[in-house]
Amino acid sequence: MNKKKLAVWKFASCDGCQLSILDCEDELLTLAAQIEIAYFPEATKTIIEGPYDISLVEGSVTTPHDAIQILEIRKNSKFLISIGACATSGGIQALRNYVKVSEYIKAVYASPEYIDTLETSTAIADHVKVDYELRGCPINKYQLLEVLSSYLHGKKPTVPDHSVCLECKLNGNPCVAVTRDLPCLGPVTQAGCGALCPHYYRGCFGCYGPKENPNTEALASYLSQNLVDDHTILGLFRNFNAGSPAFSKESKNYEKQ
Amino acid sequence: MAKHHAFRTDIKGLISLFSQLSGQGYSQIGPLVRDGAIMLGEIQSFDDLAQGYTDEQAQGHYRIKPIPNKGLFQYAVGPQSFKQYLHPPRRKLWSTNGTNQNFTVETGDKPQKMVFWGVRSCDLEAIKILDRVFLEGAFVNKWYQQAREQLLIIAASCPLPSANCFCTSTHTGPKPESGFDLGVHEISGNNGIYYLIETGSQKGEKLIKKLQLQWASAEELESMERMIEKAASSMKKRFEPTEAAELLKKTLEHKYWDEVGNRCLSCANCTMVCPTCFCTSTEDITDITGEHSERWLRWDSCFNGDFSYIQGGKVRGSTPARYRQWMTHKLSYWYHQFGTSGCVGCGRCVTWCPVGIDITEGLEELAR
Repeated sequence: MNKKKLAVWKFASCDGCQLSILDCEDELLTLAAQIEIAYFPEATKTIIEGPYDISLVEGSVTTPHDAIQILEIRKNSKFLISIGACATSGGIQALRNYVKVSEYIKAVYASPEYIDTLETSTAIADHVKVDYELRGCPINKYQLLEVLSSYLHGKKPTVPDHSVCLECKLNGNPCVAVTRDLPCLGPVTQAGCGALCPHYYRGCFGCYGPKENPNTEALASYLSQNLVDDHTILGLFRNFNAGSPAFSKESKNYEKQ
Repeated sequence: MAKHHAFRTDIKGLISLFSQLSGQGYSQIGPLVRDGAIMLGEIQSFDDLAQGYTDEQAQGHYRIKPIPNKGLFQYAVGPQSFKQYLHPPRRKLWSTNGTNQNFTVETGDKPQKMVFWGVRSCDLEAIKILDRVFLEGAFVNKWYQQAREQLLIIAASCPLPSANCFCTSTHTGPKPESGFDLGVHEISGNNGIYYLIETGSQKGEKLIKKLQLQWASAEELESMERMIEKAASSMKKRFEPTEAAELLKKTLEHKYWDEVGNRCLSCANCTMVCPTCFCTSTEDITDITGEHSERWLRWDSCFNGDFSYIQGGKVRGSTPARYRQWMTHKLSYWYHQFGTSGCVGCGRCVTWCPVGIDITEGLEELAR
């Protein structure tokens, strides 16, 4: 069998999504039997030259070098999948999009002249055409396997874009917003984590980014009128998916004037 | 007042009923306290049943609290309904092993033999609605049918409806009238709590015979009627289902749909907690080798974009369109499809909406 060549790339990120691949453990050998892992520095020193059939791209674009490298990767990849909140919305480091980066550099680094960085942290899709975006901070390994298996077998991946609420209900979690008055992003966040935080009596942190058709405005205004102060609402939307268009727009409504 | 016959017992009669059913191989499902709510789950011992609790419900608000009354049914319905046992949130339909040329197919698990404890009148009527959905017409849901045929229902009347209950409007409570094997009424009398039990089927009569209970006195039957009248009159939300059905046909372009669409999160919570919402999607999962595939049935909702996605796009892209679809189907088109309203007045959609949207207030707005 002519195995498909897989490459795994890293941009600005914590490596957690790449670890999710290694986390596949039991399925990893089966995966390696079906796919040739051609480039994956986090797992192996062996490098097989491109072009690649599939590229998994982790991380966001934060430097001029990144912006050039992602164009090269796109040229070398038949199918490009961005994985995780950094790659799909800019990640937590997209908080820089709301401040003056040059001032932070001056404050943090002894020799700011050595720092060559962009003013923003942006998603891979802001730079090149992306064939599939897999959300999450980190991604869910079962969803990743589902996406890879769907690619190999020519089917649409089963990765629903509905709310986290639906997962809570399927799993039998009583709503933490209704029973505990917790600010929860579940109603505007895409499912995929299995409603992990509400299961442990925490509101959803929005790790999977905005769901299809999110009404962030209605949720934020309800929270503001009934449960929490504006600063807390700002914090809710300025998190792992701070750079996603829906959360970004909503967060701006709660910035101090 | 209608003439009633009922048996009388204290809690010991119910405990011995529980033991009797355990001996008959039933999986016993009932209300229990979990994670700050009255949830449903398997009752391993009679003590697992929620006891000595009541609840407080408002729009988008739910709390339980312990009370001195050690009754079993002093609260209204929680977030879950018995729907989840007859029509599970996720169910494997079948799986296959092998290659294109040579494969085997296995069907998913069969339903268990179950008894439901403490089914409130609204949920009882909801089961009747699901019966019409799944058992009538050209396509019978065999899994549901099997679950239903083996099912034993112990219903309970509602002494304390919540602020969101409106079963008197939908004519579905608070007293279970039919469709149960045993109907239990919990009466808090001067000398403590006692139970009146009505039989609704031969299965129920057989069970009650073994308990060797006394008949209830005329006074006790009157206490039951008083309790039910009190419960009924405590419900403040009102609408007339047949009028609502007509109203909705005439208000498809009303400005309310945009207003509610601005508030609605299209999160699907209302449809998940609704005891009659039955929509599903099928999901196919293939392992990495392609040699093992599974098809699952999963609850879905008209509030999800994918649900109305067909070639070319979503039939209902906007939230107002989705909300209108849900409400008009539930309260109006349901009559054409299944002969009744799809609403049983349990109030779950009001309580469990994270932003407290109230379907009864919606009707008032539409009537304006």
